[in-house]
Amino acid sequence: MEKKVNQKAWFFVLPVVLLVAFSALIPLMTVVNYSVQDTFGNNAFFWAGTDWFTDILRSERFHSALWRQFLFSGIILAIEVPLGIAIALAMPRRGLWVPVCLVLMALPLLIPWNVVGTIWQVFARVDIGLLGHTLANLGIDFNYTQDPLDAWITVVVMDVWHWTSLVVLLCYAGLQSIPDAYYQAARIDGASKWAIFRYIQLPKLHRVLLIAVLLRFMDSFMIYTEPFVVTGGGPGSATTFLSIDLVKMAIGQFDLGRAAAFSIIYFLIILLVSWAFYTVMTGKTKESDR
Amino acid sequence: MARIELNRLAHAYMPNPQSRADFALKEFDLTWDDGGAYALLGPSGCGKTTLLNIISGLLAPSHGRVLFDGHEVTGLPPEARNIAQVFQFPVIYDSMTVYDNLAFPLRNRKVPAAEIDRRVHEMAEMLEMTRELKRKAKGLTADAKQKISLGRGLVRDSVNAILFDEPLTVIDPHLKWQLRSQLKHLHKRFAHTMIYVTHDQTEALTFADKVVVMYEGEVVQVGTPDELFHRPAHTFVGYFIGSPGMNVLPCAVNGASARVGEHEIALRGGYEPPPAGSKIELGVRPEFVRLGREDGVPVSVERVDDIGRYRIVKAKLDGIPFSALMPEGAEIPADDARVRFDASAVNLYVDDHLWP
Repeated sequence: MEKKVNQKAWFFVLPVVLLVAFSALIPLMTVVNYSVQDTFGNNAFFWAGTDWFTDILRSERFHSALWRQFLFSGIILAIEVPLGIAIALAMPRRGLWVPVCLVLMALPLLIPWNVVGTIWQVFARVDIGLLGHTLANLGIDFNYTQDPLDAWITVVVMDVWHWTSLVVLLCYAGLQSIPDAYYQAARIDGASKWAIFRYIQLPKLHRVLLIAVLLRFMDSFMIYTEPFVVTGGGPGSATTFLSIDLVKMAIGQFDLGRAAAFSIIYFLIILLVSWAFYTVMTGKTKESDR
Repeated sequence: MARIELNRLAHAYMPNPQSRADFALKEFDLTWDDGGAYALLGPSGCGKTTLLNIISGLLAPSHGRVLFDGHEVTGLPPEARNIAQVFQFPVIYDSMTVYDNLAFPLRNRKVPAAEIDRRVHEMAEMLEMTRELKRKAKGLTADAKQKISLGRGLVRDSVNAILFDEPLTVIDPHLKWQLRSQLKHLHKRFAHTMIYVTHDQTEALTFADKVVVMYEGEVVQVGTPDELFHRPAHTFVGYFIGSPGMNVLPCAVNGASARVGEHEIALRGGYEPPPAGSKIELGVRPEFVRLGREDGVPVSVERVDDIGRYRIVKAKLDGIPFSALMPEGAEIPADDARVRFDASAVNLYVDDHLWP
């Protein structure tokens, strides 16, 4: 059947387009404007072409921040997604405990990001922090302000604490949508717990996992507030992720042209990787639809 | 294939059932013969699915025992009972091919690959799905999916019983007949013990040799379709089966006749006087009610519905409503109508149960 093309839809989309233009497109254009020019104040601009872009792409500083960023996103995805699925599977399917579990899970998500950072900054301090001090008393040499590995561990654990709940809630919703008959049929078929997970639960989780992976990737790739509050990007530049580096460049050094080019490259990387995730994961669905 | 015995079986979903009303399934004994085709018929919420899940082992009964061929299986999990169950909504494993779906129960039981292959092909042939074996199960139609769920049960060696829980609910009407006759055919060929849950009387009566009728957690009658029609053991059976259902008229009984309102109705023979204070009713199917001008008890005709071969007449006898089924062309008197009940088809009910 051929669908009738209805031009009226444009009128409904128009308000959103205008809103997005003001909130996103126009500011983005300013950034584009900065990225191809150089300025020394006084509103005097000089054409710079692609100089800033080549500069950024060649800079060692950008490469190491980018590498750190991918490592960070990789680690937290590798922890949060399996952990989230495991917790969602362990949560009760029905009964009195369901709302309790849900509220407990939702709590970390409700805390403002800089507060999360402050909580962990204090929590992990060796002198007064519960965690840091306990570790010190146990004889473990832990200091996130001096040791790069400790700083990484702190930031990763903080992110896992903060965001695993999101994966849990998404997966839990996915699991709840599986009818009882599937579990009953699996029992009659003599399926093991693993087979139930592999052939019933995981296929049904496919879509929510796609969303979870995308959200967690994008968010972790743009992470700023929490590591900024906890480590400030240090020690040295051990936890200087892309956004922290970008802010240093733009606000700290007031290097607007370079920072603008950085922003655009940053944006394109996120767009590209998200698109790749999406294509790979939905491509698999299409194949199974055949 | 097995003979299934239910021994003083009862089930309550709550932990400490106090009264009879707390039981979703009230205590009863029942034997399902080996190789029988049974229908489990009753309205929604009468305990059909509960009973089915107890037989398959998905639910542990709170009281009583379940025996397969004399062996107690009450405590056994479903996978140890070797039964097949088809659910209301088709259950298939989306990510697998049809072949893998059918092979799944065998692989879970560590059957050798060559044996799996042989049985899957055999099953596909039986279900007429050989061509779809390599396909993903996801895109199939509802009836094909339902056939796969059935196949997943049957692919195992000599299943004890096949249980169907309203399996045709999501199937298109024109395919329902086709699938049901395929089931009948399978039953003839392999003589499995089959239990088919439904709330649709046509489905039950066309599928089964014996129908088990349930009502409010009780098994009210087990009988052939003919018995259910001619001798309903409970007023509910009379009312639920038949279209329209049996007329149930309150009466007083006196030997060989019953008194309905101000009028005497002849009965089949002499009845023992029922215990005082009980509810006494007379049941007669609309098929055995004749309206005419000449003899019988005067009634008032209220409305006539023409349904093609028959007309359904709604009338009142001394203010008590009843219906009659009149063949095409028969005269239906508008006034001065009189009714006659076929005495051999009139049953007597005391407190809703058939009075012998």
